Amino acid sequence: MMNYMQIIYSLIMGAFIGGLAGYIGSLMVTKRMALVGGAFGHLTLPGVALALVYGFDVSLGALLFLSIGIVSIWLLEQKTKLPMEALTAVVMPSSLAVAFLFIPEDKKAQALIGDISQISLTAAAITGVLCLITFFSLKKIFSELIFTSISEDLAKVQGIDVGKNNFIFLACIAITVALGVRVVGSLLTAALVAITASASRNLSKNLFQYSYGGMILGSLASILGILVFMFTSIPAGPSIIITSTLIFLASLIFKRH
Amino acid sequence: MNWLSYKRLGLAATKGFLEELGMPRLVLQVKNLSVTRNGDEILKDLTFEVREGEVLVILGPNGAGKTTLLRALLGLLPYQGEISWSTKDISYLPPQELLQRRDIPLSIEEFFKIKQVSSETILKMFKSVGLDSSLLERRFGALSTGQFQRMIIAWALVDDPAVLLFDEPTSGIDVGGQETLYSLLHKFWKDRNLTILLVTHDLNIVWEHANTVLCLNKKKLCSGTPKEVLTPEHLEELYGTGIKLYTHNHE
Repeated sequence: MMNYMQIIYSLIMGAFIGGLAGYIGSLMVTKRMALVGGAFGHLTLPGVALALVYGFDVSLGALLFLSIGIVSIWLLEQKTKLPMEALTAVVMPSSLAVAFLFIPEDKKAQALIGDISQISLTAAAITGVLCLITFFSLKKIFSELIFTSISEDLAKVQGIDVGKNNFIFLACIAITVALGVRVVGSLLTAALVAITASASRNLSKNLFQYSYGGMILGSLASILGILVFMFTSIPAGPSIIITSTLIFLASLIFKRH
Repeated sequence: MNWLSYKRLGLAATKGFLEELGMPRLVLQVKNLSVTRNGDEILKDLTFEVREGEVLVILGPNGAGKTTLLRALLGLLPYQGEISWSTKDISYLPPQELLQRRDIPLSIEEFFKIKQVSSETILKMFKSVGLDSSLLERRFGALSTGQFQRMIIAWALVDDPAVLLFDEPTSGIDVGGQETLYSLLHKFWKDRNLTILLVTHDLNIVWEHANTVLCLNKKKLCSGTPKEVLTPEHLEELYGTGIKLYTHNHE
């Protein structure tokens, strides 16, 4: 059973990660990259498994293997000229399969659907700071990224550094996913970034409402999901995702366009 | 001084002299421009210049390299040769069908704010293209085709550029819409001494609005005033057989 302080820490952590995921998710949905969240999540699994076996931080292991996965896909693309999507389909399941070679039986559920019952103050604080840094980095280039999806040529003529922005965006997705796997596990990260952002899309009229709506709904879903987890036997990861889905369904009733 | 220096000095003096005589200053100079992609030559050895206030229409069949030329002029493509602009205030409108309109969560106001202009300037511009300010709150994809055209012209000109590069939309615009588009552009050209480089398929536009025409089919085939260029021979060379010539006599 979680003690009182751990409940507070997990709620804080959930609110930060859910908020960041909803915010970056609004961009990913617009740029049709929602499933990238899922692919990245799967790439983290060997790192998560290693972290659980050797007792170091799950997000650290996730970020390490995510970076290896992304670089491998990029290198293979340079070498083979195969489409990025096909290479992701090669690397992603391979990474999942390798993880299952050494992941202990009793840690499988935690790796796949997350666990936030053992959160320390340090972990919560570091997560909060990382979420804030990621948020502000994104906020700075947010409207430029949306503008670039209207026309890349137009963006370049406006003096926007499209390549640099895309790199920052990708790094922010990687950090969000690495933080997210702790809460919802490797399997559910696509849902974390996509569902509340899509709900916000249904309710918003402009970019401001959409992105901050995604953030608020993301935090709300995480907090409610963690509370449901505390009072029922449903694990936190699936509980957060189910809450998000319910919010999405509710948003359909109030759809503005 | 050697002979070359005298020649340079003479040229510079002539240029300055021409400008003093009221000849508009050079805005763009293109020398021996070539663009190749995957070994294919898309533009070959193109040389031309554009002066302030000029409306240069780039005419040519599909695949002639018109859009490539505009993109090269904007530095969006690697090229060989020389492109020199005397201004940095350049605005660009790509073909509208290439703009992603659906599924963009941006409001029109947010779209204008990318250009870092004040709300007052935006409102003024909206008025001068005949759009209601209530549309500023609309989502980017929620304007009708006609409203979108006016809005995009307003957007291109809101920060008062010296040059506009306009790649005409080839689909989704009816005759009335096209009329609006060009009468708006004409109005801003007159009011602001705008220099316009325009890619079009429509010979009527050339007759009505162009000072200079550049016929392009990978290389420069002809250039000059519409009257000089739009001859049956040139058009046949440009488009192949089967083009009927319709001369407009405004005088």
